[in-house]
Amino acid sequence: MNFTLYIWRQRNAKSKGKMVRYRATDISPDMSFLEMLDKLNADLAAAGEEPVAFDHDCREGICGTCSLVVNGVAHGPQRATTVCQLHMRHFKEGQEIWIEPFRARAFPIVRDLVVDRSAFDRITQAGGFISANTGPAPDANSLLVPKEEVSTAMSAAACIGCGACVAACPNASAMLFVAAKISHLAHLPQGQPERRRRALSMVRAMDGEGFGNCTNHEECEAVCPKEISVRFIAEMNRDYLRAALTTAEPETAS
Amino acid sequence: MTATAHVEAPSAVAGPPLVGSPLDGRAPSGPVEQKWERFRRDMLLVSPANKRKFTVIVVGSGLAGASAAATLGQLGYNVHCFCFQDSPRRAHSIAAQGGINAAKNYTGDGDSVFRLFKDTVKGGDFRSRESNVHRLAEISANIIDQCVALGVPFDREYSGYLANRSFGGAQVSRTFYARGQTGQQLLLGCYAALSRQVAAGTVKMHTRMEMLDLVVVKGKARGIITRNLVTGKVERWAGHAVLLCTGGYGPVFYLSTNAAGCNVTATYRAYRRGAYFANPCFTQIHPTCIPVHGDFQSKLTLMSESLRNDGRVWVPKKEGEKRQPNDIPEEDRDYFLERRYPTYGNLAPRDISSRAAKQVCDEGRGVGPMGRGVYLDFRDAIKRLGRSAIESRYGNLFEMYNRITGDDGYAVPMRIYPASHYAMGGLWVDYQLMSNLPGLFVLGEANFSDHGANRLGASALMQGLADGFFVISDCLGNYLASTPLEPVKADAPEFVEAQTETNVRIDKLLSVNGKRTPDSFHRELGQLLWDHCGMSRNARGLARVLERVPELRQEFWENVQVLGHYDEYNIMLERALRVADFMEFADLLAYDALVRDESCGCHFREEHQEDGECRRDDENFCHVAAWEFRGPDERPVLHKEPLAFEAVGLASRSYK
Ligand SMILES: Cc1cc2nc3c(=O)[nH]c(=O)nc-3n(C[C@H](O)[C@H](O)[C@H](O)COP(=O)(O)OP(=O)(O)OC[C@H]3O[C@@H](n4cnc5c(N)ncnc54)[C@H](O)[C@@H]3O)c2cc1C
Ligand code: FES
Repeated sequence: MNFTLYIWRQRNAKSKGKMVRYRATDISPDMSFLEMLDKLNADLAAAGEEPVAFDHDCREGICGTCSLVVNGVAHGPQRATTVCQLHMRHFKEGQEIWIEPFRARAFPIVRDLVVDRSAFDRITQAGGFISANTGPAPDANSLLVPKEEVSTAMSAAACIGCGACVAACPNASAMLFVAAKISHLAHLPQGQPERRRRALSMVRAMDGEGFGNCTNHEECEAVCPKEISVRFIAEMNRDYLRAALTTAEPETAS
Repeated sequence: MTATAHVEAPSAVAGPPLVGSPLDGRAPSGPVEQKWERFRRDMLLVSPANKRKFTVIVVGSGLAGASAAATLGQLGYNVHCFCFQDSPRRAHSIAAQGGINAAKNYTGDGDSVFRLFKDTVKGGDFRSRESNVHRLAEISANIIDQCVALGVPFDREYSGYLANRSFGGAQVSRTFYARGQTGQQLLLGCYAALSRQVAAGTVKMHTRMEMLDLVVVKGKARGIITRNLVTGKVERWAGHAVLLCTGGYGPVFYLSTNAAGCNVTATYRAYRRGAYFANPCFTQIHPTCIPVHGDFQSKLTLMSESLRNDGRVWVPKKEGEKRQPNDIPEEDRDYFLERRYPTYGNLAPRDISSRAAKQVCDEGRGVGPMGRGVYLDFRDAIKRLGRSAIESRYGNLFEMYNRITGDDGYAVPMRIYPASHYAMGGLWVDYQLMSNLPGLFVLGEANFSDHGANRLGASALMQGLADGFFVISDCLGNYLASTPLEPVKADAPEFVEAQTETNVRIDKLLSVNGKRTPDSFHRELGQLLWDHCGMSRNARGLARVLERVPELRQEFWENVQVLGHYDEYNIMLERALRVADFMEFADLLAYDALVRDESCGCHFREEHQEDGECRRDDENFCHVAAWEFRGPDERPVLHKEPLAFEAVGLASRSYK
């Protein structure tokens, strides 16, 4: 297969970027999208041109590293699929493909298609944990958790932290990411003691990072490769409100 | 297959190895079940007020690194943690699917610490260290408690109790899991604990930072050299101890189930600085992966081994069979695992199942476009249990299979083939997880100690967390409390020298101006190793590798193409540095495989077999082979750590 690609090239955070046109030739329909880019990079190298930088690691949809907007959609056209798991058989011969980074004020560009998502780490540091020390913890079965609750917690915990939700949101909001973490822990008995404090500090950290507000477009859910539900955002809002009403100021997490 | 004659390798590369002084694992005396308790009774402690005066460098943020950094931070040490990904949460541990073992005996099916210990020793074909394995089994139960406390959502029964399954051929159900994403959930638990310490200021996290060298001062590991992958800056870091938790080197074969970034650089560079590399030839090839489909393939996706609980593995009886799988009648199918291993059948351990698949493909009975594949068939299971039961058990795996291959595994048998998956070999460590270089500790997949010549399913996650949560804090404390350490600053001459050497290496790569990408060298190297040093090895093939690798390495340094500059985000340079180390490491791997003139576990030397099975040579090879670096073009020196099996007793490993 052959394709015409338009790819965002930008040398570093400070320089200006632009879309550049390339030809991808001899692509097998069985290649993944990233393998198609590998092939392009090999061809570019043969012509003495620097490769297109893009982020990736596991290439099996779990690490959350890959982060491309393909034809305007974060992770591309296939539902519930990271771009590393997207295969070229889903494209039409000769098609034009536009490839851009995940764009958001809180995700500055590092180079080409690579962005800096460390804001997510900082939000997690603000409270996305249970403060359990390493040491002799109570027997795992001393705490019974209904199967349905664990299953809901797991559905939220499945978030891979890729940031597609932010890239897809017209406001570049990180609500789905933050809600997924808050709901994961809120559905478990271990997560209860810090539940309110967690919601308060994480939401405030999110605001502090410059992510936008949620105005219920639900684009995030549509692109989420793990199909995290927007109902977790509602849950988070409830937790946040309750916490804001009952707590004075969040203590800094320790 | 009958035993082939012993093939002599050309003497230039083979020759007998130079043998150095033997090694001692320094396990405490006494019966195996009392060793850890004895160590803990006698160990020295660092006083709480003094801990913050010690700087600990942790390289890696996978299960081993993140759990260690979080625990040491919580204890009050001043921790610096490094990873090359953009976030610690993306370490390769995230990809583990199947589960984690623990001797909880929650199902009451006869499990115990001793059984887990014994299974692991036997599974490793008696090439691991008993004392370490026993400690691992003892600690396993605490890991589950710890992870639940951290909020890991393990699957549960309707009763609310934790669920277990049997995995990887174990005869008891001791595996805990979180859907098909156990590694992800465990890593997120560790990442959360780590994030808490970062917030508390005890751990400083450095992402997109790659360790390129180890700094040794007066015989002790005292720091590292890193390259900032965004700015290109090469920096020096000094501390009182260095913990390498840098994972395995599976991608030495190029194609593997590992993440693209997994590499050998950290451990190989430590080896060059004097740390011994143990059993590099022990590499696990996992039987259930999606086969190779083309030249540009960048990875092989693992299909969880749990599929073998219900799927049946077969190939056509006839060579060159043209019929579609569903048109091949029962009498023309060879269920080769069930035939050869009636007791374990499709659940035979990984090394054995992989080898059996290779053998039938070598006989020309492989399936799929390239003839390197075997069927994994759910027809009978669907008939017996119904499609919905299979869907609920493995739905996500069938979906993944469909996504990658475009085929429907419910309707036609899946095709699978073995792929490089895990490194049992790694840096040599003693009972206290310390390398022969004092102050250098090695945790998780990066060390060698617990899995011998073959790792059992669901035991890597267990080991990473045992090392990081529960073993290292005691061992590190004991070291720091008992070792006088002079103050060392990062501007000491040893640091400046190592930094300069790193810069020279980078400049050299950028100035070759050749024609071949680092990737193309890596592919060629990987293919060479796969062909001659993969699932089956012989002296002639290994000698070929030992001849060819230096040539390839020379070509690399004369013809590698690295575009761009050193002081920027440069994916080609990043890659070239890793491939350069794989190129050197490949020699060591093949040489170890040649010198280990026996078959055991994953290491199948064609010269040593009985009815197609491994024939171990306990008289001559019941030891760990730990290699000492002697110079770039010199043969390494072999240090043997004799292995004694007191609690389990050497026995031949049969799954028939
Ligand atoms: C697909 C797959 C499925 C698996 N499933 C299971 C399973 O079900 N059960 C099981 O028990 N095991 C499983 N395993 C094995 C298991 O996942 C790994 O062995 C284990 O997670 C390794 O953990 P680790 O902490 O040692 O290393 P990793 O998780 O690999 O982490 C390595 C860390 O080191 C860092 N690093 C490496 N080199 C450098 C450097 N030079 N500089 C700076 N940082 C560096 C990386 O950034 C990373 O943070 C699976 C493996 C694969 C590939
Ligand atoms: S590369 Fe890991 S999710 Fe895509």
